[in-house]
Amino acid sequence: MADLSINLAGIKSPNPFWLASAPPTNTGYQVQRAFEAGWGGAVWKTLGDPIINTSSRFAAVNFNGQRVAGFNNIELITDRPLDVNLKEIYETKKRFPNHAVIASLMVEPTQEKWHEIVKRVEDVGVDGLELNFGCPHGMAERGMGAASGQQPDLVEAQTYWVKEVATTPVIVKLTPNITDITVTARHAVKGGADAISLINTINSLAGVDIHTWNTIPHIGGKGAHGGYCGPAVKPIALNMVAECARHPEVTVPISGIGGISTWQDVVEFMLMGSTAIQVCTAAMHHGFRIVEEMIDGLNNYLDEKGLASVTELTGKSVSKYSNWGDLNLNYKVVARINEDNCINCNKCHIACEDTSHQCIDMLTNAEGKAILQVREEDCVGCNLCSIVCPAEGAIDMVEVDSGLPPMTWNERQRVVGSLSGSYSKAEVL
Amino acid sequence: MEPTSPKAFFSPDMFMRNFAEAEPGLTRKGAAEESNRCLYCYDAPCIKACPTGINIPSFIKRIATDNLRGAAHTIMDSNPVGASCARVCPTEELCEGACVLNDASEPIEIGLLQRYATDWAMENDVQLFTAGSPNGKRVAVIGGGPAGLSAARELAREGFAAVIYEARELAGGLDTHGIVSFRLPQSVSLWEVEQVKKLGVEIRTGVKVGTDVTVEELKSEYDAIVLAAGMGYVPELGIPGEELAGVYDAIKLVESTKTGVSNLQLTGQRVAVIGAGNTAVDAATCSVRLGAANVKMVYRRTREEMTAYDFEYEFAKQEGVEFNWLTLPKRIVGDGLGNVTGLECVTMKLTGETGSDGRLKPMPVEGSEFIMPVDAVVLAIGQKRHTGLIEHLGLEHEWGVVKIDETTHRTSDPLIFAAGDIVFGFGKGEAMVVSAAQQGKTAAHAIIKQFLPQQDSVVGSAV
Repeated sequence: MADLSINLAGIKSPNPFWLASAPPTNTGYQVQRAFEAGWGGAVWKTLGDPIINTSSRFAAVNFNGQRVAGFNNIELITDRPLDVNLKEIYETKKRFPNHAVIASLMVEPTQEKWHEIVKRVEDVGVDGLELNFGCPHGMAERGMGAASGQQPDLVEAQTYWVKEVATTPVIVKLTPNITDITVTARHAVKGGADAISLINTINSLAGVDIHTWNTIPHIGGKGAHGGYCGPAVKPIALNMVAECARHPEVTVPISGIGGISTWQDVVEFMLMGSTAIQVCTAAMHHGFRIVEEMIDGLNNYLDEKGLASVTELTGKSVSKYSNWGDLNLNYKVVARINEDNCINCNKCHIACEDTSHQCIDMLTNAEGKAILQVREEDCVGCNLCSIVCPAEGAIDMVEVDSGLPPMTWNERQRVVGSLSGSYSKAEVL
Repeated sequence: MEPTSPKAFFSPDMFMRNFAEAEPGLTRKGAAEESNRCLYCYDAPCIKACPTGINIPSFIKRIATDNLRGAAHTIMDSNPVGASCARVCPTEELCEGACVLNDASEPIEIGLLQRYATDWAMENDVQLFTAGSPNGKRVAVIGGGPAGLSAARELAREGFAAVIYEARELAGGLDTHGIVSFRLPQSVSLWEVEQVKKLGVEIRTGVKVGTDVTVEELKSEYDAIVLAAGMGYVPELGIPGEELAGVYDAIKLVESTKTGVSNLQLTGQRVAVIGAGNTAVDAATCSVRLGAANVKMVYRRTREEMTAYDFEYEFAKQEGVEFNWLTLPKRIVGDGLGNVTGLECVTMKLTGETGSDGRLKPMPVEGSEFIMPVDAVVLAIGQKRHTGLIEHLGLEHEWGVVKIDETTHRTSDPLIFAAGDIVFGFGKGEAMVVSAAQQGKTAAHAIIKQFLPQQDSVVGSAV
């Protein structure tokens, strides 16, 4: 059994599984149930001036009969009085002293407001603070959440105000609704953040009811944009985590968030630079018990890899994430079809024929059996056939020797530039 | 199945329960899950395995995307009796047998999905097709079974005036009369008949060609004729005792259960069914559900040679039917009052010699005669040929099998086309409903081509 405990900027937790600040962490009852189920930490549903939530709040995107591929919500921060939340945080921390309880905070962007709330929540014994600069709906329209999170100077200033009084580690939660998330990440660091967490939800409209023509969800016939999360957003989140992790000026630990549903997702987020992770949608879909399988899967994986501690995963793939201009253009893979495993659905053929490079032929072999064959000389190694192939082991993407030495686009441009005697501006960074 | 004691009164309620469709259809969720499992193969083998060439991945994708009208249209466009076929096709030998998922996991339940889509069309009383603008040509269709209905449907869509002559009171052929209700409720077949009628096809029921209307009249009134009269009842076996009370024709037995409560009851009786084809299995399971205490199938060959499908055999076993292989009936024994009391049989053995049909020849074992005590004997050894009608039409035939050109289904008379069981002969595969439907289409398309050579056909076009 590997050691699953982590330490994110001084916040200790028995395992890297935290519940994100969201409906699952609304009350002490819920957070305590989560800890009983095995979650190592919880970021309490955002505290601030209580608001009023709408009835009809969530919606999901289903895909090919599978429910909740993506999830959308228009619920705001806590709608319960601050006193009540603080009392429950105190009780929870008392019952679970070794679990991480982090208070998510969102107030108007003034120094006084931040000072006031930081002092009040730290008084009840939280392990850390998470500044919610990401909530994309409702609060943003009032200058909070994503509205302040989209302005790098406001991110920096508010982080600074918090750090002026905070005695516990400060995590800044970033919004993905921005062109380059590393900009706000850098400003959070400049403001003194001890860690960053990302991503918050992505602006979204879950759907339109094609029969009533109402938005999904609708509140008495009207809708508004919500925040998107769940498995569908994982690749977006993973990229943003990786971009932050590899940025030389983002020097603080990362709490990875975005569509994490399985232990494999956790491993991926940690390999790409996360010290810990946060989950919401998977718990909302299946209940807190889902953490049991995540813990067990992670444990078995670590044992299988011979890793003594989960912390050994953090950042191991970051150096492999690069710029397009630094990729070796002379690396070559081609598709190879294994007839023994092929079930002849012909999906590779039609995908290649219609939408890629027309190099998979439908043939009949000497025994009269229908077979599929790749013309390797025309294969560009796009992977599409292996992506659409439903049969295990039927298509391998095989590395072949291109006969050429490694050469990236940027190297090529430099060579071209030196030959023409002028500096090439066509490098891709 | 309700258990019945030998003397129990077989109530109408019990009849209705026993003869209600046995296999439950898919639920909405079941259909969603199953349809989403389909890989949507390109150049899919299931399409090629369907005699009518239904675009199966396409109709399944339509189910998956909640377009049941489109799914039903895709099915019925290729197969005018697609709702019946969803229930009676030997899918494991056709579409499902060809599914690429057979080895990978489990084949898609194509039959059940087809039923789900066509059930929707039935329940919602949807009219899927429209008649073409009249082209002035008239075609008589002899027989309103799957082949005749398919031919008439395709002709009507091209603007031909098609008139079906049906000897029975109801059209639909064996789908309506000859397949047990717990596999194929009559309402399904009658819905398909209704779909054809709604295209303006006139169905003259209770009219027998050669008796109620002459062949000459048909030839003079119509531009072409489609002969799709199928086959007849079960022929005599040619053994003593066939006249006894308690000897039944398998098709008539099934037929008696198709329209409401059968007045033929076998409560508590011991029944022997002679034969091992599709109809024999239907007659055997039908006998069970009519209250028989014991049903034995008597077949002179073995399980290997029986022509019933595996799923039919499995179903019969589940229903408690017993199988007496290598058993040849010699004589039906009576009690002197004209009632059946037994079936004298002789045990057979396979000689190892192969007959003209490729099956091993059975031979009687000398001195192995025995009497099987039974109260009823059901004959299911094939069907009679309509040789009289065929000769009346002046068509060339071989032992009652109309000779046709395989591509056009044209007979020796250039204006007469034949389809379905009437052209089904030995060594021509299996007499399936789905094949009859395809043959009806083929004959109709040949007529369309013959009379409207310049026109692009709308029939069979994509939705």
